[in-house]
Amino acid sequence: MQEAPVSFKLRADRALADPTLKIAIDRTTGTAERKRTVAMTQFPQFEAARERGKRIKDHVIANLDHYLLEFERNAIASGAKVHWASTAEEASQIVVALCKQANAKRVTRVKSMLGEEIGLPHALDEAGIERVETDLAEHIVQLGGDRPSHIVWPSMHRTREQVSEMFKRAHRVPHQEETIEAMVASARRELRDKFLSADVSISGANFLIADTGATCTVTNEGNAELTTTPPRVHIVTAGIEKLVPSTEHAFLMLRLLVRSATGADVTQYTTFHCGPKQAGDRDGPEEFHIVLVDNGRTRMLADPALKEMLRCLRCGACMNHCVVFRQLGGHVYGGTYPGPMGAVLTPVFDGLEQSRDLAHACTMNGKCQEVCPVAIPIPTLLRGWRDRSWREGLEPAAARFGLGIHTFVASRPRLYRLGTAIAIKVMRLFSRGGLVRGMPGLGAWTKYREFPAPAKRSFMAMYKDSEGKR
Amino acid sequence: MTTPQSTSAPPSSPRVGLFVTCLVDAMRPSVGFAALKLLRDAGCRVEVPEAQTCCGQPAFNSGDTADTAVLARRFIETFEGYDYVVGPSGSCVGMTRAHYPEALADDPAWAERARRLGERTYELMSFLVDVMHFTPGDVKLDASFTYHDSCSGLRELGVFAQPRTLLDKVSGLTLKPLEGNDVCCGFGGTFCVKYSSISNAVVTEKTAAIERSGAQLLLGGDLGCLMNMSGKLKRQGSKVRAFHAAEILAGMGKGPAIGEED
Repeated sequence: MQEAPVSFKLRADRALADPTLKIAIDRTTGTAERKRTVAMTQFPQFEAARERGKRIKDHVIANLDHYLLEFERNAIASGAKVHWASTAEEASQIVVALCKQANAKRVTRVKSMLGEEIGLPHALDEAGIERVETDLAEHIVQLGGDRPSHIVWPSMHRTREQVSEMFKRAHRVPHQEETIEAMVASARRELRDKFLSADVSISGANFLIADTGATCTVTNEGNAELTTTPPRVHIVTAGIEKLVPSTEHAFLMLRLLVRSATGADVTQYTTFHCGPKQAGDRDGPEEFHIVLVDNGRTRMLADPALKEMLRCLRCGACMNHCVVFRQLGGHVYGGTYPGPMGAVLTPVFDGLEQSRDLAHACTMNGKCQEVCPVAIPIPTLLRGWRDRSWREGLEPAAARFGLGIHTFVASRPRLYRLGTAIAIKVMRLFSRGGLVRGMPGLGAWTKYREFPAPAKRSFMAMYKDSEGKR
Repeated sequence: MTTPQSTSAPPSSPRVGLFVTCLVDAMRPSVGFAALKLLRDAGCRVEVPEAQTCCGQPAFNSGDTADTAVLARRFIETFEGYDYVVGPSGSCVGMTRAHYPEALADDPAWAERARRLGERTYELMSFLVDVMHFTPGDVKLDASFTYHDSCSGLRELGVFAQPRTLLDKVSGLTLKPLEGNDVCCGFGGTFCVKYSSISNAVVTEKTAAIERSGAQLLLGGDLGCLMNMSGKLKRQGSKVRAFHAAEILAGMGKGPAIGEED
């Protein structure tokens, strides 16, 4: 993974100082939130479906070994080749080796967050293989030379005005009119012949269907179908938690996923890939490979504080509804996955020491859990990281010292009352007109807002007096 | 964890331990006295156990489970003898009710005591409405207000309708809806000072929504969130005045608002 150049707080402050970024974030997440809200009013069975979806995922995760082997058996029977990768490096090496085996000069890729997680774009570039991103947003990310900032809308951080400039610089026959349609047509002209001339296509999977060995992908642009059909070789990379027992289960999960992600009832395209081209098929790849990736997932499975995260469908609803994400966007998080779900996952991939801020930069308001289509208790999982960070001594000494003192005092009511009385006296010394001003130690608060002066005496002190008179 | 509207008759003069909460104790005692008055008006025998201090939420949210457990045990011992425990804060009550069993998970006997006490521990507004079926007496205040639903009360305890039901009985008081009433204000306990610039960006959107509501008063049920929002409003030179809903219900709406000279 790309090294985060500066601290989380500095990255956050830079994002906060970028008004264009805020416009871009609000357009995307605001639209997503509104559409989801409408979709939910038309989906009264949401709670029941969510409970069922949660149970299906929990069942699969509890019996992962069984379903993985069933999937492998059926995939092989359909003519697919199945590869197993325990780490990100291993996974991207397998894909690069398959591309080299196929003498691939040019590969087309369909947007896949797992591909990002295993560092595939970088690995392909390193290997000197031309990589064509066919998803419109991923195409924008590739042109900008940056990384996805949202798991559903990877180029969320760009405004359409910025995209127009990028297309004009990079496309062979760029658009003339400043309309979305003209810009899309420009991208289509740029990409279409590359779709058809690629040697290998690489896609991800939203679901792996155990009882058929098929993979399922949802897109809205149709690029997945066009990408994966003409080339001789099609490679699917997928995390091992993507399994569902059957196609029927996949359909229930699709209802939850699509409504939560975009607010639509269904995506424009829902594609099932099952094995390579068969005798009598008019088209399709000659070779069909599936790379099953662990990369920390079995460790999560064994960890009660993380296991529930394996239910995640990657819909992005948690980030669309997160007050912190909506101020910062995705890049500030520093990992493959941003927002609340990313704050849970990133320490798994990058280590807690690198990413301890993520679990703390959260108000614990619980909105992410409320909108999660598989009811992942994200705040609880983030608190799990805070616990671990505390136990492993990663928290600042000042916090440890402060809380130690606090507990000592709060365990002794008389001392606690004395401490409260002194704090009130000090704050009132700094008070003018009902507000505390310029008091050392309150700077982080008063830099941005006023701090009210406390009343003359504490409740407990006044209560003691008033009850004496009662 | 929602509190269903109780259909059973209210208990007759229950013994209630008032859980004052640290912020109310140190910053705004009037909220505590308002709670005391409302609970007594509702027919409760209210006591304020002197041994109470802090519920341990700062430690819990910092990941310091050991210190949390120390304070959780103290809290349980202090309040266990009462029929009910009631506090004027969704966040502090959510801590004791929803999170003590988690913090004490390594100690099943204590976790069980936490669960049993949790069943009798309530946020003030929900206790008044759901348990005591209370209607405030003759309270008048000619003002418009908007209401912010603090996250812990809303999502951990199901506090939403109860404060509105009670405030609706105050004559002269009219509700102006708040756009994004259930969106976090950016307080988040220590979050607001640890990540103060992010918190500031969040509360700035919140105060813009409060101003758009056109209300004269901002009411809520959690002093921390109210201090955050009113502190930002004051810095922006806003005329909106903030109170804890209990203060209005107890007829203290004529007194100084949060951040006004007493």
